[in-house]
Parts: sequence; C-alpha cells; structure tokens
Amino acid sequence: MATRVLDQHHAHAAAHGEKNGLWSWITTVDHKRIGILYGATAFFFFLLGGVEALLLRIQLGSAENTFLSPDTYNQLFTMHGTTMIFLAIMPLSAMFFNFMIPLLIGARDVAFPRLNAFSYWVFLLGGLFLNASFLFGAAPDQGWFGYANLTSKQYSPGLNVDFWMLGLQILGIASLAAALNFFVTIVNMRAPGMTLMRMPMFVWMSFITQVLLLLAFPVITVALILLMYDRFFGTNFFVPSGGGDPLLWQHLFWIFGHPEVYILILPAFGIVSEVLPVFSRKPLFGYAAMVFSGVFIAFLGFGVWSHHMFSTGMGPLADTFFALSTMLIAIPTGVKIFNWIGTMWGGSLQYQTPMLFAIGFIAMFIIGGLSGVMHSSPPADLQQTDTYFVVAHFHYVLFGGSIFGLTAGAYYWWPKMFGRMLNERLGKLHFWLMLIGFNLTFFPMHFVGLHGMPRRVYTYPEGLGFELMNQIETAGAFVLGVAFLVFLVNIFQSWRKPRNAPADPWNGATLEWAIPSPPPEFNFAEIPTVHGRDALWELKRQRGGPLPEPARVSGAGIHMPNPSYWPLVTAFGILGFFVFLMTLGQTGIWPVIASFGVLLLGVYKWAYEPAG
Amino acid sequence: MLLRTAARCSFPWPAALGLLALVLAGCSPDNYPQTTLLPRGDFAKIADDLLDTTVRWALLVFVLVEGVLLYAIFRFRGKPDDPEPHQTHGNTTVEVIWTVIPALILAAIAVPTVRAIFETNATPGKDALTIEVVGHQWWWEFRYPEYNLTTANEMHVPMGRMVSLRMGSNDVLHSFWVPQFAAKRDVFPNRETRMWFTAQAEGDYPGQCAEFCGIQHGRMSHRIKAQKPADFQAWVAHMQTLKTKPTPAPPTTPPPKPRPGQKAQEGPPARPESIAAATGAGEKLFLAKGCIACHALNAFDAPKGMVGPNLANVGARSYIAAGTLKNTDENLARWIRDPQGIKKGVLMPNLGVTEAEAQALVAYLRAHK
Repeated sequence: MATRVLDQHHAHAAAHGEKNGLWSWITTVDHKRIGILYGATAFFFFLLGGVEALLLRIQLGSAENTFLSPDTYNQLFTMHGTTMIFLAIMPLSAMFFNFMIPLLIGARDVAFPRLNAFSYWVFLLGGLFLNASFLFGAAPDQGWFGYANLTSKQYSPGLNVDFWMLGLQILGIASLAAALNFFVTIVNMRAPGMTLMRMPMFVWMSFITQVLLLLAFPVITVALILLMYDRFFGTNFFVPSGGGDPLLWQHLFWIFGHPEVYILILPAFGIVSEVLPVFSRKPLFGYAAMVFSGVFIAFLGFGVWSHHMFSTGMGPLADTFFALSTMLIAIPTGVKIFNWIGTMWGGSLQYQTPMLFAIGFIAMFIIGGLSGVMHSSPPADLQQTDTYFVVAHFHYVLFGGSIFGLTAGAYYWWPKMFGRMLNERLGKLHFWLMLIGFNLTFFPMHFVGLHGMPRRVYTYPEGLGFELMNQIETAGAFVLGVAFLVFLVNIFQSWRKPRNAPADPWNGATLEWAIPSPPPEFNFAEIPTVHGRDALWELKRQRGGPLPEPARVSGAGIHMPNPSYWPLVTAFGILGFFVFLMTLGQTGIWPVIASFGVLLLGVYKWAYEPAG
Repeated sequence: MLLRTAARCSFPWPAALGLLALVLAGCSPDNYPQTTLLPRGDFAKIADDLLDTTVRWALLVFVLVEGVLLYAIFRFRGKPDDPEPHQTHGNTTVEVIWTVIPALILAAIAVPTVRAIFETNATPGKDALTIEVVGHQWWWEFRYPEYNLTTANEMHVPMGRMVSLRMGSNDVLHSFWVPQFAAKRDVFPNRETRMWFTAQAEGDYPGQCAEFCGIQHGRMSHRIKAQKPADFQAWVAHMQTLKTKPTPAPPTTPPPKPRPGQKAQEGPPARPESIAAATGAGEKLFLAKGCIACHALNAFDAPKGMVGPNLANVGARSYIAAGTLKNTDENLARWIRDPQGIKKGVLMPNLGVTEAEAQALVAYLRAHK
C-alpha cells in the first residue's frame, strides 16, 4: 500500500512542496494549503461571530439594558447568524473537505485544483465584503433569514441589506464551485479498490453535503437575484404594493434554508463517525445504515421547508404534510445516534480529546434532536416558534452538534495537518469548559422561550421573569469564550514545539495515517490500492502490528499542478462586479463592466495557462 | 401539564434534568406573565397538551438514550494496551428494532398532532366576536367591526366568548402572539391570516410581536385584557361614547370648539380650573404640533390606516408606546418630548415640544379615557 515508496532518497528542503513565503500561499493550488487557508479564515470569522455573540449576551444580561442601541443589536444578531453559518461552520467543514477528502480517498489532489483556489478566494473576499459593512456603519440588520418585505427599499433604504444580499451571492459562488469540485473529486478520484461502500463515513457525509449544496444553493441564488432586482431595478417580486408576495421569499429561502441545516451538520456527522471507531478501537457500527440514513436525511431535507413557516397559516393539509415529513427525519437521525452508541458498545474506549468532543457531540445532539421533534408539531410550534426555545434548539444542533463535531475533527486531524500534537490536558480543559459553558448558555433558553421570551428583541422589560435565566446565559457565554481562549493557547503552545507528530498517533483506520504528518505535497508517493473498509486497520492486521514510520521521499517525477494566481484575479473580478453593482448610483456602469472584464480575463488566462 | 406542574412546584420532576428545570423555572407562575405553560384559553390549551405529549416522550427518550450513552462511557472504558475488542460491524436485528421503536413513538406524537392541526384550523362559529388586528411598525391596531370601535395596543376581550382574529399588516410582516389564550400567527400586508381563542380567565396579560419587523421589534408589545362579559359590555358602551372627531385642520387655524368637557363628565368628577385650562391648551397643541395627522382621538367610527395608534382611550391604558413605558404623566411627557430618544427609529418625530407644552398635552391626553 502507501508505505511502498517510489524513491528511497530522503527529501530535501528544496523538494516538491516545501516552497514557502507569501507568494507561494497566494498562488497555491495544493488542497492541503487551501484547506489550511479555509480553516484559518473560518476560525477567525468564528471568533468574530463569537465576539458578536458576547456583545449580544452582555446586552441581554439585564432587563432594559442600554449597552447596545437597538440598531447595533439588530446588526450584531444578523451578522452573528450570517457569520456563523456562512463564514464559520460551512468553511470550517470546507477546511476538512479540502484537507481530508483527497487523503481519505487516496488521491493526490482534488479534481480541479485551481477551481479549489478560486473557491477559497471568493469565500475570503465575500466574507471581507460582508464584514466591511461595519466600517460604513451599515452592517446587515434584517436577520440572517432576510424576510421580505422588510428587505424592500421602502423599509430598508440603507446599504445594510445590499451588503447582505450581495455578500451572500458572492459566498454562494464559492460554495457552488467548491461543491462541484468535491462532487467530481469523490466520484472520480478514489484510489483503486475504494468502492462507494468502502468510502470512509466522512467522505460519504461530505459527498451528500455536496449534493445538498448543488441543489440548495441555486434556490437562494435565484431568491437573492429577485431581491436584487427589487432593490436595484424597481421590480416587485416581494413587494405587496406592486402585486408581489413576501411569502414567496419565505418559501424560496427555506427550500434553501432547511437543506442548509444539513449542509451544516452532515460533515460533523462524518467526523464523529471517523473519530468514534478509532477511539473505540472497533469499526463503525452499521456502516450501510449510516450511509442510507444520511442519504435519507438529505432527501427528506428538501421536503420539510415549510416547518419553518407554520405560523404563516398555511392551512391544515400543508401543516399536516410538513409536520409528518419533519417527524420522519427523526427516524434516520435516531438510527445514526444509536449506531454511534453501538460503535462505542463493547469497545475499548480511549478518552483522548477528540473522543471527548465526539461523545459530547452525541450527548448534546440528542437534546437538539428531541427539541426538534417537539416543534415538528405545528400547534405546539405556534407557541415555540420565534422564541428562545427555538434559539436553544438550533444551538444544540449547530453548536452542540456541528461545533462539537468540528472541534473533535480539529483535535483528531491536527497532527496530520500541522505535524504537531496538541496538548491533551489543555484539550480536556477546553472540552469541559465548552461542555459546561454551552449548557449554561443554551439550556435555560428552552425555559425562557417557553415562558414567553421572543427572539431578536434587543431588550426585555422587567417583570416578565426573564432576568435570572438571561444572567445565567450571559455567564455561560463567557465560559464558552474562555474555552476557546484555552484552545487558542493550546494552538500557540503547539506552534512553539517541534514538528514531530508521528504519522499515525491514534492508531487510525483510514489512509491519511499511512503518510507522514504533515503530508508531502503529493500526499501518496504511490497511489494505494484499497481492499476493504478501514483500509489501514486492514493493512495493520495483515502485517500483524503497527506500520513503520513512513519515510519522507522527494516525490521527484510526480506531476503536480502548477501554482496559479488567475483564480485570485477572477475572484477579484467577481468582488468588483458586486461592489460596483452596489454603488451603481454613485460610480456608474463602467466600473461594473471593467470588473466583468477582469473576471473574463481571469477565466481566459486560467483556461489557457500552460500545464507544464 | 408536565412543564406546568414544574412551574407550579406541586411535585418534583423525576429526573435530574427536572431538578435543574425546577430551579430555572422558578416556583410561582406569576413570575412569568408571558408564559405559554399556563394556558388560560382553549387554543393555548391545545398547544400545551401537545407539548405535554411530546415532552413526555422526549424526556423518556432523553433519559434512556443518554443513560445508555453514560453506561457505555463508564462500562467500556479501556486502556491503550488492552487487547483489541471484538470487531462487530453491525447487527441487523438490533438495527431494525431501533428503527421501528422511534417510528412508533413518532406515530404516538403524530396522531394527536394531526388532530390538533385540524382543531386549531377550524373556522369559528358565527357568534364569535370578530376583532381585526393590524400590525404597524411598531404597534398594534385592534378594530371591533361589531361595535364599530378602534383601539390600539390593549385588546379587551370578553371571557367565555370565542374571539375570531382577522389579521393583516399595514407595512411589513409581524406576528401576533397571545401566549396565554392562543399562540401566534404571522400577519402580512397582502393576505389575511386568522386565529381564534376563547379566554377562560379574567386578567390583564402581556404579549408581543414575534416576527422581526425592524429596529423596534423589541418594543412592540400589547396587552390582552380579558373581562367578565358584563364588564366587557360596559367597556364597549363606554368606548362607543368616544366619538370626538377633531377636524383635521392645518396647524395655523384655531382649534375647534373645546370638546373635552364632554368627556370630563366621565372622568373624575371635579377637576381644578388650571387642569381644564391646560387641557384646552393641550387640545390646541395637539393640532398645532400636527399630532392629529397621525393619531385619531375617537374610538367609535374611527378612521382606518392611521400612522400612529388611536388615542381615544389613551388615558386609560396601562402602557404607552406599545409597552415601552408605564402610562404615567411623567413618562407620557417624556415620550411626547423625545420619542426618538426613548424608542429610536419610531415613526413619531421629535417635534420640539417644550416641557410646558408637554404638560398641557399630557393633561389633554389624560382626559381621553
């Protein structure tokens, strides 16, 4: 397998993939470097979204607080949601797609390396564009869901909605390009012998995520284009006075928005399904059921969107349909949870940090799943919707689920990505602080919501009984902040230590652990042949023991794609196009055309770039 | 029922979770006037019963699954040098069982859910009291077509008679929420939505807008005042006397003949002359400052679609500015002088009202009850 090498010479610093410096990062098309860029950028935005959350929590820490003005509060809660979804969780998942998928399927890169770089640059510029709105005091303030007709020019005359609408459009381009890339990569680039039903579960869940992205993002793209026409060119798609319908926006948004929820959680499902077997020292329980439940969840995900809209009064038949389809999703989700526990059952559980976060994920996700069933029932949901009960629910899914899962992945794959081990004691401290802080912050929200506290209110009066629970939540949020400070300390400490992580620190089951940490640019000196699931465990069993530390080889003679800056040029063309579209009234049409020219130039040069 | 019991503290919850819940939920329901867990109306009762059903199942599943997880965590703790555990890949029987059992539990939730969906969507009978609800940025207008009455932010309803809400919006989306008697329903500028409820208890309950509707979404509260039928009829009769229709005159024209005297009969029996004078001055100011352009002062046969809340009975309301401030003289004067400072972005501009003018306006508005 991968341990055989092409070239027995030890690699030198000058060998393939050891180039460094800023320019090498700007022009990189290496999936691992792009993965690290995604991760670093997304983590920065995650911290930014976290700071926004802390400001919101300070404001809500007492009744009638004036710490934040109402417009600032509305901007911060909109940006917190938008940031966490589009700039933190999705790109943190993309970090693992980028870095891990080629390694897990035994490939040397993704199918379209330059398109991969393009996705990252568009994502980065989109994220910066969205946050640049703060500099103009015009951050989006209509909520991450952007319900019409509050977003119309009449009710939101400022740039706030423009930043949001165009920012999301830019980010959508990045997501769609990346989804195409990973879809093709997983279909076409698997190592010989890696049949679909031998793929690691993270690859399976990522594959389903790409399908969801490809089918869901066009819908929000269309919705945002319609909104753009309403705001810039005076159409009336969502403007009731012109015969448009605000409810149309809700349908379009949630046909995208509900699959989006699974886009956020399925990668975490995949990560946990990798971590649990390794730290239980036994294979994933019910592999086929895990695959099909994932597929089933994704399929049903397109048939439940209106459960976000029960309070719009759709009538009994629609309510019934969407209630039952929503309840159905609990079945495959339950199967997943039981299979994870089944994986642990009878194992020899090793409680290193990745395992703690994976178990934390299961324990918290159960709560989020159960509260989900509670508001799948429309008459009950009519009380719960738009209250803090829902805020509690989706934080148990997206924080207790996605973030716990992604953090498990970060600790698990850190040695592979950076060649350095993270400190176990700090990792465990991070876990316990996060578990306690998370529950302090979000568990009381169930109660304060059922006791009548609506979402998205910048303050609440005295006398409704909300004070105590909000104080606990605010305190919990700061514990969460400390938890991530501990993570940062851990990262910086490991940075100062030698790069000496072994190739396979956890007795891993999958191909990435067969190659050095961090992997050379070409990943596999020789493309491995796969003979079963858990390919590396299979190999170790055949050899009757652990594999020797793989040698670093020069990789001379392995063809790797050339670096290119044209993806970045193209990304700037796209950014300029949208920026100048927004300032059309002030700057006129020529900058828009010029930006489009830059975009065309980038694509042209990219297409005819010499390969060798 | 389960959560309600916890809120009432009559017996402790079985699980550790319950203990925590108890601490968090507090012991007296009076502490949570906006709670959904103490339904006092039929619609809210349906929602609460369903919540009880799902909470029971959810708690059962929670305790069992988290229990099994905890058991596994402690039971299968291993050491790095332990022998490799038995390598199982799955077990079809077990997997079928844990697919079927959740399906059965969901069926147990689905049946009452579907029944409740149809119950809550039923059309109210002809004898129901129709109230038209209109959402505005950021206040609620309530109209009683049966009595040709209009009021704002404080809805009076009779106990025991079904209320049929026909709802819409004047601008953006809002959601009308009556946690104690009904639930919530979004309102739209271009379609009518409906909800109904029967108040089964007397009292004065808060509710608030539940759909984000702009900068002051957080300050869009209303009150539901459920009254005994006789009290409600008295209120209606009184409101129908509030017919004052000040002529919408340009600010320069002199005010029409003073009319508050008419109302003074319903107010406190004798009022000092100075207040009467202030009231007269207030009426003048109400026109001069342009208040009249946005606020109607008659409850009976009132104009529709006004920008600001109807003020015919503002003197009798508990709150002003849609729940922002308690309705005291001091607060009302502050509000008149500086609405933008108190409720930034509200459609009422700062009109450069002096302290003395504000006092006069307060006296004038106080007379409207």
